[in-house]
This record gives sequence, structure tokens and C-alpha cells, in this order.
Amino acid sequence: MKKNIWVNLGFQAGALLVAMLVTTGILAAAGAPPFQAYWSMLKGAFGSWDSIVTILISWSPLLLTTAGVLITFSAGLWNIGVEGQMGVGAIFTTGMMLLLQDTSLPPALIIILGILAGIIGGALWAALAGALKVFGGVNEIFGGLGLNFVATALTIYLVFGPWARPGVASMSGTKPFERELWLPTLPGTSLSLWALGLSILAIAAVYLLLRGTHFGLRLKAVGKNPKAAFLLGVPTWQYSMFAFLLCGALAGLAGAIQVVGLRHNLLPNISNGYGFLGLLVAMLVNYQALWAAPVAFFFVALNTGSVQLQINYKMDSSFAGVLQSLLVLLVLLGEGARQRFLGTARKAEPSESEIRNKQVK
Amino acid sequence: MDTNTILVGLAGVLALAAPILFAVIGETITERAGIINLSLNGTILLSAIGGFAVACETGSLLLGFLMGMLVGALVALIVAFSSITLRQSQVAVGFVLALLGRDLSYFLGTPYMNISGPRLAALPIPFLKDIPVLGPLFFRQDVLTYLSFAIIFLVWLWIFRTRPGLMLRGIGERPAAAFVRGANVNLMRYVYTIIGGAVIGLAGPAYSLNVKAGWMGYQSGLDGFGWIALSITIFGGWNPLRAAFGAYLFSLLQWLGLVLQPVLPGIPSQVLQVAPFPLMILTLLLVNISNAEWVERMLAAMPEGLRHVTTRLLRAMRASPPASLGVPFESE
Repeated sequence: MKKNIWVNLGFQAGALLVAMLVTTGILAAAGAPPFQAYWSMLKGAFGSWDSIVTILISWSPLLLTTAGVLITFSAGLWNIGVEGQMGVGAIFTTGMMLLLQDTSLPPALIIILGILAGIIGGALWAALAGALKVFGGVNEIFGGLGLNFVATALTIYLVFGPWARPGVASMSGTKPFERELWLPTLPGTSLSLWALGLSILAIAAVYLLLRGTHFGLRLKAVGKNPKAAFLLGVPTWQYSMFAFLLCGALAGLAGAIQVVGLRHNLLPNISNGYGFLGLLVAMLVNYQALWAAPVAFFFVALNTGSVQLQINYKMDSSFAGVLQSLLVLLVLLGEGARQRFLGTARKAEPSESEIRNKQVK
Repeated sequence: MDTNTILVGLAGVLALAAPILFAVIGETITERAGIINLSLNGTILLSAIGGFAVACETGSLLLGFLMGMLVGALVALIVAFSSITLRQSQVAVGFVLALLGRDLSYFLGTPYMNISGPRLAALPIPFLKDIPVLGPLFFRQDVLTYLSFAIIFLVWLWIFRTRPGLMLRGIGERPAAAFVRGANVNLMRYVYTIIGGAVIGLAGPAYSLNVKAGWMGYQSGLDGFGWIALSITIFGGWNPLRAAFGAYLFSLLQWLGLVLQPVLPGIPSQVLQVAPFPLMILTLLLVNISNAEWVERMLAAMPEGLRHVTTRLLRAMRASPPASLGVPFESE
């Protein structure tokens, strides 16, 4: 058992090393001195209090989407629609705040109602993907992808149409809310401890839910072998649906926080790729909630640092994405190689249910 | 709008559909062999910038297209290796490759932003181009669009009318049976995944060297094509003819969105551009719904005549994936 952990760590470290080697090659090919580029990324991420604050700000939405997809992954579902669920959460929050902003309700209550609306919005959008899957036999990957595009279209329609900023409708979004409707932030920064606290709470709750509850156990049973779970008396489709709802609620919360805590308005692409990134994090930690928080932190640090590449070397900041997905790819390949050539199988791979998903009969 | 404008528009739809068509046909070949290549969105973007870069550097369009195919084949090789040899989840690896290819293409594409490069010229076919209606529609296109017409029928013939095609269907449906009949299932899966990938890789340069020549990074408008192509593959029921119908329908809807723009002011153009997606979900629903349990129960409760009609309707729309799609095969 002990030895296994070391082999595991060795493979993870190996994957990281190879990923770094490959990206170093890519950097060199693109004409940047690799080591200076890495150094400027590192400085860009941790060099100043401001940059650390930036990391903490982006950490919360990623923690929330990761927490969400950990639930759906446990149920054997590929909720690729998490991106759109976050967007619809942001739409609902904005809608609720627009509705209430001119009333005499206390601002704190408006913010809370706005966030609740976002949670509901995300859950509803996820429920749609879930219903398509459970009742319509539409694979959740394709249902979710389609719904992502629809959510984007809906946002753009609202930003340019009914909710357009008076005078100039633009990609910069709707008219910002009044200051008292902003989530309180640390003085001098845009870091909201509420947002951060809620996100940490969410990932901790999901960890406990999957790890220590009867519900989590049954959910994983549904994910591993739905037929067996059904025969043992687990109401399978209800569990799948519930997993979608929970994931959507967390994604909706992420969207709500973007609106009330950071952007203070609705703008196109408010989900900003956090949904897809959450899926990557969940895959990298092999669907184990415990490691999700530090890995998510590492990922947003990469994102923050890579902005320096754009400033210093005129390179696209998508470099962070290259490094992240390459790392996940190599971990997956390394894991496969280990199973194949060392014969040590590991758990928590939702392949069984994927097969079921594809084989809608 | 006069007839001529409409004809030119529709001819444009046929050309515009070529990238999606290559992607859909390539994916159909791959999935027929039992492998899901989910990386399409990344593959297409990467082959688009790869093809454009090579064509710019060498001045040769042909090399550009070959580069696109090479990129597609290489990505497909990773998918095949990880799923066939390493037995990893095809969906996971494909998804990661989709993101990787996308980010990598934006990163590597920066030096080629907004520069003008070579572009495929139209090649009207003598005599045929003068046929009324059909001429302007089909015979004043470019080589690649002709190729996209041809590949639909060639792949259809291969899959449904040849012996190796029968084997291809075999390894996707009943790999064990195909194995007994002497097929090297995993080798064939490798080969078809790579060939499919090469066809998918044509989609990128078909866009960046033809439909909308050049590379404009995030503004290229190519992001998302791969995910659409994956949906159309399902809509097409793993049949090239039906898949082609889906691809043309999609392009037609996108074109209509643009054409109807002036008629429907107040709706931002981005909204009309995505109009096909709700329809796509709806069609996926129609294609899949007869697989749902409650539909069967509902059918059973219907009066005889109505049930007959409904069943036939559902059966006509229904599409079933190859039975062993996504399932690894072990001979021992």
C-alpha cells in the first residue's frame, strides 16, 4: 500500500515534468526564452500582494465549478454544460437585482436574494440537461454543449437587448449596479471574503458529502454501476437528476458571485471558461475532492501568471491553458501506462457509465 | 431578393458546409470503428492554424492541406493510443485534447494574426457550370468543395457497399465476431481512427484557406465548429448521407440567420448565429427519444392507429450508435 502511494506520486511528478518539458519546447518554438518566461509567470502570479489577491478572486468560481462537477462525475455524468449553468446563474442574479434595485428593500437582502436566484438559475439550467438525459435519452455531453451555446446567446441577447446599457450597448455589459449592491470586499481590493468563504465551504461540503454520507456512497454506486445500484434499490434516475441539480446550483452560485462580487453587471462570457477548467481540475485530481482545492489554486495561479507573457513577450495568455490541459493529458496517459505495464489498477474512473451513456439503447 | 442572389447564397452555403462536412465524415468513420474522438474542436482549430501557417511559409496550398491532415491524424493517434493501448477513458482524453488543441492554436497562432495568406480559388467546371440552377450551385465551386461532395458518397459506398466496409461496421458493432472472422480489431481501430482524424484535419484548412481565409485568433469564428460537428454526427446516425444532410441543414440555418438579420432588427446578430443550437438539441431529442423507457410505455397506452403512426415516425428519426462504440476490445 505504502509503495503504491510512492509509485502514484512518481507518476504524477513524471507527468508534471514531461508537461513542463513539452511546454518549454513550445515556448522556445514560439520565440520566448523559456526560463525567463517561466520566471515572469511566477513573478506575475506571486510577485505582489495584488497578484495574490487576483489569484484568490479567481479561485472561488473555479472551486465552485470543480465542486459541482465532482458531484456529477461521482454519479458517472459528464456535465460539460457547467459553463452554461454558470452563465444562467449570472443571468438570474442580474435579473433579480434589476428587479429589486429600485425597491426599498435593504441592500443586503437584495444581494442575498440575487445570489439565491443565481443558484436557482444554475440548477434549472442543469435540470434541463438532466431531463434531456434522463427522459429524452440525449447524451449529457451534447445536451450540455448545446445548452452552453444557448446560454451564451441568451446573455448576449440580454446585454444588447432588454438590459442594454442606456445609450451604448456593448460587449462591456449591462449598466453596473450601485455600490451598495456590491458584495463587500477587502479595503482597496476587489477580493470578497464572502465569495471566498462560500467557495471553500462548498468544496468542503462536497468533500464530506461524497466521503462520509450515505447519499454520497449511493451516488457513487449509481456512477459505477447503475444497473447494480438500481437492483440494490437505489432510485437511479432521481440520483442522476439530483447530481445535476446540485452541480447546477454550485455553478449558478459561481455565476452569482461573478456578478455581485466582482463584475457588478452582466457581460457576455461571464463564465470565462471556469466550467471547463473545473472539469480539468476534477480529472487531474482523479475525481478526489481532497486535492481539488490546491490544484484549483495552482491552475488559477497559472492563469494569473500567464498574463505576464502577453505583457512581456506579446504572447497569448492561452499558454496557461496549454500547460493545464497538457498536464491532465499526461497524467491520464501516465495512469494508463501504469495500469497497462505495472498492472496496478486504481479506482474512480467513470468509464463504465460513459459506455452506458454512449450506448443509449 | 432575386433568384440569382439566392443561388449565390446557396452556393455559399454548400462551400461553408465543407469544413463541418469533413469533420462530420471523419468522426463518422472513427465512430463506426467503435472509437469516439471527442477532440474535434481542438483538432480543427489546430489544423486550421497549422495549415494556414504552412501555406503562408511555403506558398503551397497543397502543403497547407496536407499539414492539416497530418495534425488531425496525430491528434487521432493520441486518442487511439490512449484508448486502445492504454485503455483510458476516450471521453476524458478527447475532451482534454479538445481544450489543448484550442489553447495551443491560439498560442501558436499569434505571429500569423491578421496577415494575408494564400486562398483557394474557384475552379468552375467547363460546360457543367452553364447548366441553369445546378451550374451556379454545384459546379462553380473550388476543389475542396468538390472533394467535400465526393467524400460523402465515397465514404458511404465504402461503409455500406464494400467488404472492408462490412468489416469496419463489424469492429464497431460486434468486435468479437469480427475477430473470429479474422479481423485484427485493434489494429483496424487504429487505422480507421487515424484516417478519420486525417479527414477531420481537412476541416481546419478548409476554413482557414478557403471559407474565411486567414487567422484571426479568437475572432476567427471557428471555435465551436468541432462541438457542432460532434452533434451532427449523432444526428446523422453514423450514416454519411444523413450526416451530410445535417451539415448542410446547419449551414443553411446559419446563412438564414444572416440573411434574416435586416428583417428582424433588435435581435443581435450573435443570437441568430446560434439559432441552430436549440434546433440541434431538439433534433438530438427527436433522434434519441424513442430510446427512452417512458416513450415505450406511452406508446403501449396509445390506441392502435395512433401507435402505428407514432412508432413509424419515431423509427424514421431514430439513430442507434454502433453497439460497441466506446467499448475497448480484448481478444484474450
